[in-house]
Parts: sequence; C-alpha cells; structure tokens
Amino acid sequence: MDQIIQLFLNPAVVARFWPFLLHGLGTTLALSLVVVPAGLAGGLVVALLYNAHRRPLSWLVTAYVDFFRAFPPLVLLLFLYGGLPFLGVDLPLFGTVALAFLLNTSSYYGEIFRAGIESIPRGQTEAARSTGLSAWQTLCWVILPQAVRNVLPDLIGNTVEVIKLTTLASVVGFTELLNNARNAQALTYNATPVVVAALLYLALLWPLVRLLSRLEHKSIAVR
Amino acid sequence: MEIHRLLFSFFNADVASRYWPDIVRGFWVTTGLGAAVIASGLAVGLALALLRALRFRPASFLIVVYADTFRALPPLVVIIVLFFAFPYIGLSMSAFAATWLALSAVLGAFAEEIFWAGILAVPKGQTEAARSTGLSPLQTLIHVVLPQAVRLTIPPLTNRMIAVTKGTALGSVVAVHEIIYYASSGASEAGNPTPLTLGALAYLVLFLPVVVGSRWIETRFRWRR
Amino acid sequence: MTGKPILQVVGLHKSFGSTEVLRGIDLAVSPGELLFIIGPSGSGKSTLLRCCNRLEEPTSGSIIVDGVDIVGHGVDLNRVRQKIGMVFQSFNLYPHMNAIANVTLALRKVQRLGRVEAEEKGRAALARVGLSDKAASFPSELSGGQQQRVAIARALALEPLIVLFDEPTSALDPELVGSVLEVMRNLRRSGMTMVVVSHEMGFARAAADRVVFMDGGIILEQGPPEKIFLRPDHARVSEFVASISSHDRGGATALGDAGGTAGRPA
Repeated sequence: MDQIIQLFLNPAVVARFWPFLLHGLGTTLALSLVVVPAGLAGGLVVALLYNAHRRPLSWLVTAYVDFFRAFPPLVLLLFLYGGLPFLGVDLPLFGTVALAFLLNTSSYYGEIFRAGIESIPRGQTEAARSTGLSAWQTLCWVILPQAVRNVLPDLIGNTVEVIKLTTLASVVGFTELLNNARNAQALTYNATPVVVAALLYLALLWPLVRLLSRLEHKSIAVR
Repeated sequence: MEIHRLLFSFFNADVASRYWPDIVRGFWVTTGLGAAVIASGLAVGLALALLRALRFRPASFLIVVYADTFRALPPLVVIIVLFFAFPYIGLSMSAFAATWLALSAVLGAFAEEIFWAGILAVPKGQTEAARSTGLSPLQTLIHVVLPQAVRLTIPPLTNRMIAVTKGTALGSVVAVHEIIYYASSGASEAGNPTPLTLGALAYLVLFLPVVVGSRWIETRFRWRR
Repeated sequence: MTGKPILQVVGLHKSFGSTEVLRGIDLAVSPGELLFIIGPSGSGKSTLLRCCNRLEEPTSGSIIVDGVDIVGHGVDLNRVRQKIGMVFQSFNLYPHMNAIANVTLALRKVQRLGRVEAEEKGRAALARVGLSDKAASFPSELSGGQQQRVAIARALALEPLIVLFDEPTSALDPELVGSVLEVMRNLRRSGMTMVVVSHEMGFARAAADRVVFMDGGIILEQGPPEKIFLRPDHARVSEFVASISSHDRGGATALGDAGGTAGRPA
C-alpha cells in the first residue's frame, strides 16, 4: 500500500508540480472557453441553414455534419497539424487546435440544435406567423427558446465531451493539463502527476456528469 | 496555391504507393480494436444495467460510481493511466490491451446509463403484470422489460458507439499500430502529408457508412410523440 | 351586412402534389358577417381557411383582403396577417410564455408597441374573452377552454378585420366547448367578421349569417342556415346534416347553447 502511495500519489511530487499542473488546467479551461461558445454558435448556424428548407443547402449541411461526425477528432487534428503548412497556411498551435475542435464540435452541436428545432410542433410556427411575426422573429422568440429547453441535456452532454476533447491537444504538444502531466511524469519517473491530472479531470467534470444524469432521467420521465 | 502543388503534397501517387500497405495494416487493427471495444463495452453496460435493475443497493451504488467516473474521465487520460501509470504498481499491459480496456470501460459506462434509462422508461405496470404471473425478477427483466427498453436505447447507443470507436485513434498515442499511427509516422518520414490523406480516407471509408447508417436508424427508432 | 367584402376568394385552386384539394372556390365575406363552413373531412374546408392567410400557398387564384390581393408578389405578408386573425384547433399557445406574454408578443415585435401600451391592449383582449384574472398563468395551468380563449385573445389583440376559426372546439372536452362558443357569440355581437370551420351545428343554426357546404374541393351549396339545414337543394347536403345531427353532442342542448349562457364551467 505504502509503495502505491509513493508511486501514485507522492506528496513531494504533488507539491513540486502542483503549479505546473494547475497551469495546465487553466489552459484546458481557456481552450474550452473558446471552443464551446464557438462550437455552439457554429452549430446554431448549421441548424439554421438546415432549417432554411432549401434542398441543396440542407444536403450540404447534412454532408458537412456527417463528414465531421465520421472523422475522428484526433485524426482531424493531426491532419490539420501536418497538412496545413503544406497549403501555405501557417497557424499558431492554438489556432490549429481550435480549428480542428471547432469543425468537430459544430457538427455535433448542429445535430443537436437541428433535432431540437424539428421537435417543435408546426402549429407553433403557424400561430406565430399568423399574427404577423416574421420568420426570424418566430425563430428567435417562439421556436428557439423551446428547442433549446428541449435539448438542454444533450447540449450539456456535448459540452462535457468538448472539455474531454481538449486532452487530444496534448498530442501536438499543446500545454494543457494532460500534456503537462505527462511531461512531469517523464521528469520524475513517477506516476503521480498523471494520476493527479486524472483526479483533476474528475473533479472538473463529475459535477456536470451528475447534473446530466439528473436531467436525462427527468426528460425520460416526461416521455 | 496551384492545383499542382496541392496534388503533389496531399495526393502524391508515389508516396501513396509506398505507405499504402501500412495504412491497410492499420485499417485492420482499427477495425479489430473497434469491434472488440463494442463487444465488451456493450456486454459490460448491459450486464451492469441488469444488475442495477435487480435493485441491490450496494451494487447499484458501485455501478453509479463506475458510470460517473468513466463518463467524466477523458478516454485519453484513462489510456495513459493504464499504460504509463499502472506498470508502477506491477500491472503492465500492451498498448493494445490498455486501449481496449480503457475504451471498453468508457463505452460500458455510457452504455449502462443508456440501458438503465431505457429500462426505467418501461411502465411499471409491465413488471407488475409479469411478476403477478409468477415470473422471477430476472425473467421479467429479460423477457418483458428489456425488449421494450431496447427500442428506446438504439439511437443514443449507436451514437455513443460511434464516438467511442473513433477513440481507437487515441491508441496511436501509446503506439498502437492502427491507422493514424502509420499515417502520422509515414507523413513525418516522407516529409509529405499524403499518408495523412490516406489515413483520413481510410477512416472515412470505415466510419462514413456507419454514421449515415446510424442516421437512418435514428429516424426509424425515433420516439413518436 | 352589405358593403365592400372584407374577404374575397376568386377562382382558388390548391393542389398538394398530384392531389387537387381545392378545385375553384369563389367566395365573398361581407363586413360583420359570420360565415360557417361545413362539409365532410377531406372536402378542403381547412385548406381553404389556411389559404386565406397563406399558411398554405394557393396554386392559383386570388385572395383579396381589404382590397389587396395577398397572393401577389411584393405583398408584405407579415403586415397583411395582422389584419387576419387565426384561431387553431390545437390552440398553439406558446408554452414557454404566460397568457399576457402570448397575447402581446406580436404587439411588441411586429407592431413595435412599447411594453406598457402592449400590455394595456393585451389585458383588454383578455378581458374580452373573460380571462383577465389569468394573465400571469402559463398554458399548462389552464384548461383547454381557457387556452383556446387566450388564443382568441391573441388574435383579437391585433385588432384584425376578420378572424378565421379552424375547428376551434374540436379538441375540447364537451363541457368546455360552451365557454369558447360564448366568446365567439360575443365577438359576433360586437360586429366582427368571422369565418368558422366547425361541426358545431347548434351554433351555426343560431348564430351564422350564411352557411357554406363544401364537398370534394368545391362549394356545393350556400345560403342562410335555415335553408342549408332544413331545405337544402342537394341530397348530399341533407345526408351530411342528418349524420352530423345524430352525433351532435349538443342535440337538444345545442339550441340551448344558442340562447342562454347560464354560467358554463371555464
């Protein structure tokens, strides 16, 4: 048991690398704070384009969404990381990472928003339009508030996924939490940094997962 | 940027022919790993959901802890911990095993929650009717509740299965010889991104039909209001 | 009951794919008139109504509201729709807003009224349907009859020239129908032009100025209620009236419906 503590949860190692890990956690959060809103916005645009009911546009949107849902995010990241320079595009690391994640998450959020919008009965649109509200106004004030309420569990669930996605950035050397933990581990030949990082992820995400369970059970009960 | 440069970089026939066999090799590893993860993940998820349905308090608690933990932990972190940290306490395993174990644990956690939600959604009256004819709890579960629950679980389950099997790419981080491992190292070696293009295509060939198929499944099994 | 028609339908055709649902409708509604449309299902009654505010796009023909053909290009549809009120079978109240918010949404967003002004008009409309005390209630807290009355208030708040009713009571429990019919009766008395698609024969007999019978996408016969219900020209019409009357959940009380009100449940 004592040996396990020494190798897995060594207090000395923790003390030495805590700031480093914390810094990584900060970067993880910063990356999430950029990708989540951007992904939500992108997803909303995708869903609205689909909702415009123009055949070629809907088809294009479906293709976009299916393409980026089929593409493993790590592969997308490595593809952009290795490939963009050959296109003469020189993005900073943060940009490459953010772009890869944005393409991935906007398609997932897009699917969620689309399903939400489609779940609103047509009668709502008809009633709103019959009082003279424009298509835009109907969308803003009548459809979207209800749609978002309906898919809130899925939106939260996907946000959790996005935060977990940030660990992929460690593969291209982005200094988020996992990356820092692995570097620390290499320096100390001790598993503690990685284990502590795992615990930090748990602490960060477990509350959201719990909340998600609650919401999911509520929405199943409603059905 | 001219078309020529683009083709030379990303669709270089010469480079492609050199690395193509590796990509194919990786394709089979990815497929095998993916299939193994799906099989074990679903089995674990189903078993745990059934166990939870038998309402044995201590067991249910442990199951919830397991499910919460593996839905919260990023899969890559689990792989790293299993492969790099566990050897320190004498539990070494191959990269393939670590990846398979990690992804199965993650899929199992999500699958358990999905199956459980499905089971909960079946009206209580069904269980009551079955039990009143003398069926045991387990029989009721298997013959009455589960068949009805499954219908609800198919859309979220297919989605989750796809997401987790895409995680097989994460195995490359610990040097599992699947597609992106060969694609990435090939591209570095050749100084040309064509192997990456091949890798991307290989993944699309594998997953695009699955995603399109799941869209069809989702429409078929959508809950009708 | 004379004067320039508020609503005129000229040569209206509507097809859904290869199925022609409206095969040439000509109709004129005078100011203050209550027009009742009856007919078997599939006859195109609802489609006709929904074409009148372009919820369905006519395949050909004209719909002239207050002198303007709304089927033409370059018509400000949102503007026009404020002049035409619509009440739906399934109420279609916005579940995420309370009654007063439901009623004032268009006032605020389309007519650009300020909060205070919009609320005044909204409350006035709710008072007209007898639901002043329910302004803060959400649709889920209201009975079916109350919800439909809020929906009527929502249409009235815009001060339309004409109100279209698409089977307004078909989705209601029998005890709740009376409260909605009473609101419609009051509306009629105040001089509103109304077009009603419904099976409520008792109401038609008592309150309608003109009854139109539709079958197979055309108007088979039209005239005052006594004529259509008691001495129609077409056998088809008398068949239909007979079959409806035998299922009429009013029956004897339908005539009572027409007369007194005697405190019906909300």
